[in-house]
Amino acid sequence: MSTSIDFLLWVRGPGFDIALFIFVVGVLIRLLEVLILGRKADYSEPRGAELGAGLLTLVTRTAPEGGSFKRSPFTVVGGYIWHIGFLISLFLFVPHIELIDSVLGIRWPGIASNLVDAIAAVTIVTLVAMLFSRLTHPVKRFLSGPEDYLTWVVTFLPMLTGYLAYHRMIDPYPLVLGLHILSVELLMVLFPFTKLMHAFTFIIARWYNGAMAGRRGVQS
Amino acid sequence: MADDLKKLSMTLGESLRQQGVSRRGFLKYCAATASMMALPPTMVPAIAQALEKAKRPSVIWLSFQECTGCTESLTRSHSPSVENLIFDHISLDYHHTLQVASGDAAEAAREAAMHENEGKYIVVVDGSIPLANPGYSAIAGISNLQMLEETVAGAAAVVAVGSCAAFGGLPHANPNPTGAVSVGEIVKDKPVVNVSGCPPIPTVITGVLAHFLTFGSLPELDALGRPMVFFGQSIHDRCYRRPFYDKGLFAETFDDEGARKGWCLFRLGCKGPMTYNACATAKWNQGTSWPVESGHGCLGCSEPDFWDAGGFYNALSIPDSDLTRKTGYVVGAGVALGAAAGALNRSTRAKAAAQHETVTIDDLDKKS
Repeated sequence: MSTSIDFLLWVRGPGFDIALFIFVVGVLIRLLEVLILGRKADYSEPRGAELGAGLLTLVTRTAPEGGSFKRSPFTVVGGYIWHIGFLISLFLFVPHIELIDSVLGIRWPGIASNLVDAIAAVTIVTLVAMLFSRLTHPVKRFLSGPEDYLTWVVTFLPMLTGYLAYHRMIDPYPLVLGLHILSVELLMVLFPFTKLMHAFTFIIARWYNGAMAGRRGVQS
Repeated sequence: MADDLKKLSMTLGESLRQQGVSRRGFLKYCAATASMMALPPTMVPAIAQALEKAKRPSVIWLSFQECTGCTESLTRSHSPSVENLIFDHISLDYHHTLQVASGDAAEAAREAAMHENEGKYIVVVDGSIPLANPGYSAIAGISNLQMLEETVAGAAAVVAVGSCAAFGGLPHANPNPTGAVSVGEIVKDKPVVNVSGCPPIPTVITGVLAHFLTFGSLPELDALGRPMVFFGQSIHDRCYRRPFYDKGLFAETFDDEGARKGWCLFRLGCKGPMTYNACATAKWNQGTSWPVESGHGCLGCSEPDFWDAGGFYNALSIPDSDLTRKTGYVVGAGVALGAAAGALNRSTRAKAAAQHETVTIDDLDKKS
């Protein structure tokens, strides 16, 4: 008998195991490749310290650069809104915290579910607006390739299915919950092989930029 | 004997009056039935009229691979109520658990009921049917499969009572040693109503029978063959602790502050969000309480394969496998593969550096 419960059990069981394996192994391989390869030895005499400047750049690059804000305020503001909304939905929704606790054994307090719901709604609307802007803005459209649209889809689907599941908009519930988990598994599987890796590599890139500038005694 | 015959030909209304049930009590039951089945109040007289005139339908109750919990739920639930009287006034012609001492006489009663009410009787089944070996479960030397097929052949409808009959239940749980299947997997040519639950709520079975008596048809069913009126909404949607879920207030252990304050039991493994049943509204033991009200999460007993749906005390959002151990292995594998890839890249780079030849302008001149 094939039912929505069977589907839910598959995505929660073997499906999640497969996705977790590809995600963790893929991310670790890509990170270790970058770290082990390292950078070329710099034989010049350092004019400043790498550590402080490197750490500082990790933080300062989080704030938008004035020029780009003036040129394309929509991209900057929209980007912040959906990134923050996505992270809140992912890390502060109680059922998600339960999942993280079961995988990593660490937990933190969540926030009210209906607050997450409102934030998720804003995030979904912003993501759609960002896609619309990408499709209509001539420069953004020129710069976008298939991978950009693919990463948009796999980021958008977990938000959409999560919203549908929370509001139980598809019957029966195990089906919509299963679809939500499956969409996250799709995200996990594609994550290491696409530009979604920036969620980890931004730390390395910012560190190298900051540390190099620090060594040369210039502002990063 | 004459009395018995008279009783058999009595309508439900006559029979209830003989039992001392007042007209007022009877109408009250009809009104409760109407509201339970989400029918408009204007239907109450129609229900009363139909039930009044209804002949007692013959019911054959078959028990297969089951624990008798369903029968317990229905027969010993609480002191007699109007529902019980209605239940008494179907003609329960065969129930092998209740008639176990009767031996051949019981089997003869089953066959007699089948012949006399050909095409009109209702078959109620609790328990799953083993297909791996008929010897796993047999009654009076007849295998469960054979008995079901024989009995259902002349039935008007089949009611699968309990999760074992509806979905295979505990016997069907992994690795399913007896090859247990549900009634619906065998009976394809008759209407089958699944009244799932472990056990199901007594009111639900009487509701289904009342619907059959009133309208002569079976109630509207959901995708899993369950009556929509009872299984149309999830436990979570009807849960009185739902506001705490929305506010993010959860009990984390069974004896913490949150548990004492009656907060949401999601973190303690409540399967309410995926479970469709009427517990939150119909409640148990004459409306006294239900699992969540008594401080324990829903197990999801009215859903297929609830035994295999992860630990009862794991939150619904947690994948059902030993993740912490698996994560350890996966991280180990990732680190090993990453280190290998890194080492390969380094050696490629070192090789490239070793093979690098310095070219001067003179060399290029010579070549050209």
